Amino acid sequence: MNAVGVEGVWKFYGDYPALRDVNLEAEPGACLALIGRNGAGKTTLLRTIAGFSRPGKGKISIFGNSPRDTEARKKMGYIGHGISVYDELSALENLTLYGRLYGLADPRKSAMEWLERTGLERVKNGLVREFSRGMRQRLAVARAFLHEPRVLLLDEPFTALDDRAIAVLQQVLREALASGKTIVMSTHQLREALELATHVALLNRGQVAFHGPCTPEMAADPGWVYARYGEG
Amino acid sequence: MGYARLGYARQVATIFTKDLRAELRTKEAINASLSFALVMLLLFSFAFDPSEETTREISGGLLWIVFAFAGTLLLNRSFARELGNDCLDALIAAPIPGSALFLGKALANFVLVMAVELIALPLFGIFYNVKWTSQFPQLMMVIVLGTWAMTVTGTIFSALTVNIRLREVMLPILNFPILIPALLGAMQLTSSLVAGKPITADNDAWLKMLIGFDVMYTAVSLVLVETVLVG
Repeated sequence: MNAVGVEGVWKFYGDYPALRDVNLEAEPGACLALIGRNGAGKTTLLRTIAGFSRPGKGKISIFGNSPRDTEARKKMGYIGHGISVYDELSALENLTLYGRLYGLADPRKSAMEWLERTGLERVKNGLVREFSRGMRQRLAVARAFLHEPRVLLLDEPFTALDDRAIAVLQQVLREALASGKTIVMSTHQLREALELATHVALLNRGQVAFHGPCTPEMAADPGWVYARYGEG
Repeated sequence: MGYARLGYARQVATIFTKDLRAELRTKEAINASLSFALVMLLLFSFAFDPSEETTREISGGLLWIVFAFAGTLLLNRSFARELGNDCLDALIAAPIPGSALFLGKALANFVLVMAVELIALPLFGIFYNVKWTSQFPQLMMVIVLGTWAMTVTGTIFSALTVNIRLREVMLPILNFPILIPALLGAMQLTSSLVAGKPITADNDAWLKMLIGFDVMYTAVSLVLVETVLVG
């Protein structure tokens, strides 16, 4: 069974089709990099896979379930453009909150483990509004990985990260892949993404222009896939 | 990976606690709402110089207009609070039903709006020189029912308008017309109770309508919230 399945998905904003008959799949343990120019539909596709909006046509499945099913949502972790943590709460309170929402057996213990892993244990009781940008980003990574999701949906995960946050993220993504988790990430930072990607999908005006394994040519020259299948 | 069985009540309680904690840390909305309620009570007391008898007659209308407008300031923040840092995405992605999210938020809003009302009520008595406590238990019951009506419709419209640029304007425009039957009932009953007249067979139709409104809009909101949030 595919970890993520996208079958004939269309998504309309008014009359405009942001996604046109998109077909993709990612097997367990795969890392699919969604690439494409601005406005190609990468974020729309990721948000639709995450269940934030329903497709106009077609079907999306996470391990065979609809993304809005509780079982599917337990298996998903999402990092979007925002950090999705509350400025008014402390780092520990934020992670404990999400641990409770995901029904973890011991939310506080899981929160402490991830604070340690992301180097935030010393500021666990500090309010997020007092955190630097890098600390907030690491907390966002901890929030997304807290419930050990089997499918990770990452929208531009490396954008605007500081060096330490990039290192933390790359490390946890490598560990996730090594443990058989599935990653779907949209990105403009091809070099960082292609280091991890096992598969690549190029979106062009809402359509899949290319979908296949990440080849040595792509890893050597991140612009290769654009030159060959993109608009140039 | 051990998932504990997270009961519905615990999910509601988690959202309720989070919303209250976040609001009480900043006190942004509750301070604005309370100040607004006090300023309105003060202004009305300067604008009119009614006798005690007249004040009792208009007390229901006056109080509920103040409560409704002050409450709107709190309700506006309910889902708007989730927009900062895209927290709404994380809540929608979490494995909890939309109805638990809605109920947790509605209960937190209810507590905050009630807190503003319970501070404003004694001040109303002082500013207008009215003894309003003679039917205290029944008055509290009406205030609880009216506040829940306001909260439940306000919370669902707060979810509906969260992505609209003019949401601060849109919420009262959408909410108040829907709320008219509940406000009308609460106003009529409050005027009687402040005047010292208990609820009897003559006016209990308003009470029944208020209860019916609460039950109906709570049920409708719980059913619709998932569609409102995800489409």
